[in-house]
Amino acid sequence: MNSSGKTNWAATLGVALLIGIAGYAALFVAPEERTMRAIQRIFYFHVPSAWTAFTAFFVVFISNIAYLVRREMKWDWIGVSAAEVGLAFCTVVLVTGPIWAKPVWGIWWTWDARLTSTFVLWLMYVSYLLLRMLLPDAEKRARICAAFGIFAFLDVPLVYFSIWLWRTQHPQPVIGGGGTLDPTMRWVLLTCWAALLGVMILLVRQRYELEKMRQDAEELVHAVEARAHP
Amino acid sequence: MTIARAAAIVLAKELRLEFRSRELLTTTLVFVLTVIVLFSFSFDPTSEESRKIGPGLLWMAFLFAGSLMLNPSFAREQANDTLCALRLAPVELFAILLGKMLANLAFLLLTELLLLPVFAVLYNVALLPVLGRLALVLLLGTLGLAVTGTAFSAISAQARMRELLLPLLLLPVLTPVLIASVECTAGLLAEPPELRMNWLHVLIAFDVIFLAASYLLCDTLLEE
Repeated sequence: MNSSGKTNWAATLGVALLIGIAGYAALFVAPEERTMRAIQRIFYFHVPSAWTAFTAFFVVFISNIAYLVRREMKWDWIGVSAAEVGLAFCTVVLVTGPIWAKPVWGIWWTWDARLTSTFVLWLMYVSYLLLRMLLPDAEKRARICAAFGIFAFLDVPLVYFSIWLWRTQHPQPVIGGGGTLDPTMRWVLLTCWAALLGVMILLVRQRYELEKMRQDAEELVHAVEARAHP
Repeated sequence: MTIARAAAIVLAKELRLEFRSRELLTTTLVFVLTVIVLFSFSFDPTSEESRKIGPGLLWMAFLFAGSLMLNPSFAREQANDTLCALRLAPVELFAILLGKMLANLAFLLLTELLLLPVFAVLYNVALLPVLGRLALVLLLGTLGLAVTGTAFSAISAQARMRELLLPLLLLPVLTPVLIASVECTAGLLAEPPELRMNWLHVLIAFDVIFLAASYLLCDTLLEE
């Protein structure tokens, strides 16, 4: 086993341990919420997933800019890896939200500001990945996707602001949140976030290696084709 | 040559091209008309209902029309690789993008101008008293659509399935434009009519941010 393989093992083990601690803390250490009871514990998974997704999308934005400045393929690979992983976490947010909402609000979904914005965000990064899929040439794909990624990220604050303004003008059933968080709850929440960030980094690294291998394979195919049909 | 002059030349070229065939304008016009008629089946088009649903309907129709109409903007250049020729011109690249944005803005505004009276008649809404303010909203909203749509048409033109791809890229990003334009229009159709300034500011912010971003990214967008 080479040294990078060893660090990989150590990192994976570390994150697995962190996940175990976070899961235990969320289920058994955090105090039970008075009105929502056990269902509230999904919050330790839901909220850190959202933060992790935002972190990943921010990484996409940075790597998009870095690609356009440096023109090195590695930035494109980081970009696609972070976009896919971010989208996975964003999906977790959109799935765990309704699971919590049904027993607590009595409905699966409401067009509340935060829900709607997250949904639009999800759609934007789905189209980012679709765009990648439909651009066959690697260099062109990297360049075009970087441009679109920057446009999409610049739009995020506008989307959040306009949806927030829209929903505060139309009164809606008031949604929980606000207030102060119990110190134990906050501690558990941050542990969960650390664990999910660890998962994110591991996944992005794996996905990055995969993208690199794909690129190498693509180049080999081109080389063989060039030999066969000179 | 200044950017403005070069952009004006590109704009003139786009307009000449379109008015020779009128393909784009006719198809878009018929498309929006179809959408407006079909929408009437999805709700009861009484005067009261129309005032509530009309602005959303109108802007959805414009947005769909834009996401279809803006595709040829760059796709059209590919048939004879004329974008390459444009790029060789000794002007700033942004002038080409800007010229196309202005041309698309003109096409979209023209379509809207022709459709507004039809919409007012079919849905029984009084647009005349608020026409001046409505024109401002239309201009700012359509500018956002034209700027983003033209930039994204340069993106989608280089991909496969570009006709399907452009709406997918464009519509989620245009969420703020849709909400703000619909809110502004709804405010103008309300009794008494009012111009909702905070929404107008959202439109202006969107236009400025995306125009600036297109300026900064235009070398990337038009690169071969």
